[in-house]
Amino acid sequence: MGHTVTLTVNGTSYTREIEPTLLLVELLRETLSLTGTHVGCDTSQCGACTVLVDGRATKACTMLAVQADGATVITVEGLAKNSEMHPIQRAFAKEHALQCGFCTPGLMITAVDFLERNASPSDAEIRHAIEGNLCRCTGYHNIVNAIRSASAEMRQTAGVRPKVAAEVNR
Amino acid sequence: MTATANPTYIGARVARKEDPRLITGEGTFTDDVMLQGMAYLTLVRSPHAHARIRRIDTAAAKKEPGVVAVLTGTDLEATGMLPVFITVPSMNGSKHMPIATDKARYAGDAVAAVVADSRDAAKRAADLIAVDYEPLAVVVDASKALEPGAPIVHEELGSNLVFTYPVKGGDVDKAFKDAEVKVSQRIVNQRLIPNAMEPRAVAAKFEAGELTLWSSTQIPHFVQLIVALNLGLGQNKVRVIAPEVGGGFGSKLQVYAEELLVGHLAKTLGRPVKWTEERREGYLATIHGRDHVSDVELAAKKDGTILGLRVRTVANVGAYLQAFAPGIPTILHVFIVPGPYRIPAFDYEMRGAYTNTTPVDAYRGAGRPEAAFLIERIMDRLADEIAMDPAEVRRKNFISKDAFPFNTISGITYDSGDYAPALDRALAMADYKGFEKRRAEAKARGNYRGIGISSYVEICGLAPSKANAALGVGWGGYESARIRVHATGAVQVFTGTSPHGQGHETSWAQIAADALGVSPDDIEVRHGDTFESPGMGVGTFGSRSLAVGGIAVHKAAEKVREKVVQIGAHLLEASPADVVVEGGKVFVKGVPEKAKNFGDISMAAYLANNLPDGMEPGLEATVYYDPPNFTFPFGTHIAEVEIDGETGAVQIVRYSACDDCGRQINPMIVEGQLHGGITQGIGQALYEAAVYDNEGQLLSGSMMEYHVPSAEDVPAFALDNTVTLTNTNPLGVKGIGEAGTIGSTPAAANAVIDALSPLGIKHIDMPLTSEKIWRAIRAAGEGRR
Ligand code: FES
Ligand code: FES
Repeated sequence: MGHTVTLTVNGTSYTREIEPTLLLVELLRETLSLTGTHVGCDTSQCGACTVLVDGRATKACTMLAVQADGATVITVEGLAKNSEMHPIQRAFAKEHALQCGFCTPGLMITAVDFLERNASPSDAEIRHAIEGNLCRCTGYHNIVNAIRSASAEMRQTAGVRPKVAAEVNR
Repeated sequence: MTATANPTYIGARVARKEDPRLITGEGTFTDDVMLQGMAYLTLVRSPHAHARIRRIDTAAAKKEPGVVAVLTGTDLEATGMLPVFITVPSMNGSKHMPIATDKARYAGDAVAAVVADSRDAAKRAADLIAVDYEPLAVVVDASKALEPGAPIVHEELGSNLVFTYPVKGGDVDKAFKDAEVKVSQRIVNQRLIPNAMEPRAVAAKFEAGELTLWSSTQIPHFVQLIVALNLGLGQNKVRVIAPEVGGGFGSKLQVYAEELLVGHLAKTLGRPVKWTEERREGYLATIHGRDHVSDVELAAKKDGTILGLRVRTVANVGAYLQAFAPGIPTILHVFIVPGPYRIPAFDYEMRGAYTNTTPVDAYRGAGRPEAAFLIERIMDRLADEIAMDPAEVRRKNFISKDAFPFNTISGITYDSGDYAPALDRALAMADYKGFEKRRAEAKARGNYRGIGISSYVEICGLAPSKANAALGVGWGGYESARIRVHATGAVQVFTGTSPHGQGHETSWAQIAADALGVSPDDIEVRHGDTFESPGMGVGTFGSRSLAVGGIAVHKAAEKVREKVVQIGAHLLEASPADVVVEGGKVFVKGVPEKAKNFGDISMAAYLANNLPDGMEPGLEATVYYDPPNFTFPFGTHIAEVEIDGETGAVQIVRYSACDDCGRQINPMIVEGQLHGGITQGIGQALYEAAVYDNEGQLLSGSMMEYHVPSAEDVPAFALDNTVTLTNTNPLGVKGIGEAGTIGSTPAAANAVIDALSPLGIKHIDMPLTSEKIWRAIRAAGEGRR
């Protein structure tokens, strides 16, 4: 023990004493009980653990919790605002972009970051952007549709809708 | 009038009831279960593929801080053996203990267990366990395992032969004598690693004599049964919960060592225990799939008419027989090999072999993708040999529409089918006619373009219990459902199926909604908890859930509906024949303004003071449905690829499929199943392979070496369907969970080989990686020079 970290997760500030070897994904899941972020591999291949760290999609299994000291983290539990779903969440449901749902939090987070940077992506750009997030169930077809459909909605509502990623300092 | 005559919700794209919790992070997967005082299990696994265990020194591990228990195989014999549910004739079954006691038979075989206060402490202690191994000679290749003098995996069996499974029909020798054309090909269906995105996990607690066990499983009821039997607990004292399950594809269709161990440890240590697989560990210790090597010979006439098929296959079952392993290369494979074709003579001999590799069992399609690949590859070889269009060779040999029910030469009965329209539609979608122009254009770019067809029939709806028994399956093939309408009119459906992505909560609600005349929104579907279930459930595998479990729901709902009609008729003083149940109302035909609400009827059922004479109070029904036959979905898939002439990289540029799964309950879900299945099948054709070295070390031991397709590896898919209802069940449904995987692998592989055919290339083994293709192109070029 002996390491103290303070970080903001989904708008709440937490200070915890932790082991220096603790991974960010372990802090989120085990220490803070935010189990919506998943662990699918041990080689940083699958993307199931993806969260936003200071606005950037980050594989939380590749980062030590101590490295997140002072950071602002958004997980799947923080995507909805005032119980209103984020457009990416609605789009995933509408387009049937999830089956078992295990990869889904990581994919939605990756998509949120991507759409902040590319508001009108082509399908090829979408596929490239999510290449680090594996899904074994959907064959990606409907995930691509969902991200495209969310991007359309987000373009329409830009400026009105509270932003998940852009509200934090980047 | 039955509800299916005029469905409102069956066939509609109803949004999934599962999604809200899964898109907000509220779903609970097994590893999310955190209990007060929980301890963590870690297993020590053999690094050797074959080694006698001389001695295990656990002293240092036991002293490690935080360690609760360190146990070896002899301490854990109380957990009993792992089950095998299928026995085929002449089978040499293996003894399979959760923790090996005498020797390790594959790299990854567990040899010791550590329980500690934290995962880290358990891992640290595991590293301190010293196992004295005596390495033994290793056999990895299944054919070599059957040669005299091969290292024997289970000495007490005397050889590595698991079974010989011959199936014959017609006169094959005569067919080959009469043949104008013969083609033969060695066809390898390589070993795959299922890679459900959620690693396996098990958690358990034991309180007041009752064991609650959470497991990422497709078959919670089987787990309950075996845990209860093996641990000596009443079945009523074992509650198994499959919470959210992050994909399975057959890999969670087992009773695994860890389920018995975690249950046993929670019971004996008196505190909750959890085990969560690491991905690399899963690559070793969760079942693999496929792994057949077949020698295939086809006899035909010059006009393309098939005369006979002869196949000799060796299936690698790995180091131990797993739960369904004996049935995969036999029952689920051999019988369906003739596919959609009329084959007059058939001679198949399948042999299974033990090797020092991870056990092999069901992986999506389980035996049927191997069958489809084998027949569809040899059909293309025939087309090539007689210079006939592959589409026409297939059409020529299709079982004709008016020949159903059709008894196949392998001895099963296809109830229905109409194969040509699916082929025609797929050809049209793929612009098959325009293909040669696209091939020429690609050539001008220095690339190779190819198109590949695959027409398949598969076997679903497992299964009639009597057929199961005749085939050696040691369990019935029914499924259960209970529908309970509460006094207020709230409807709950309890199902014995155990979905892990298939959306049963939605589809079953649609089925029940049409029968009960209410909205799916008003129906809650519950599954995966053996204490809530109708009783015994069989589970979700083999594309059986809809054709068996969905029908059980339908039948239970029809029973409840019947009672609703009776009560409604009584309250409305009408004849039951005139009562309509619709839109949450119950009324006399033509008098909707004098309706009773659905809730009035359910309340009456429980008030019970104004019911028809002799009627029991309450409003619920339980059904165990046992189907009369299997179902046989079919379709045609067409892949078009372009191969980079420089690098050999394959791009699937177009993918078209027309599938027939009978009536669709929710087309959105059907399409999703196809997309995922097609992608897995493309994975086998182009990317995936579990590779061992001669010492039995898994070289493709992590996600870095084993290529699970990403979004950039697959195209968008164009789907169409035909609807040929089966009369096996009242909804005419067949199943769609595996069709994509079955149809796609041969389509993609045939397309690649078609692309390379101008170079004189006839066959390349999967996976058709860019490296392999690049080499083949170079070799062909050098050959020409
Ligand atoms: S858990 Fe797989 S990338 Fe982090
Ligand atoms: S929905 Fe199951 S892994 Fe993506």
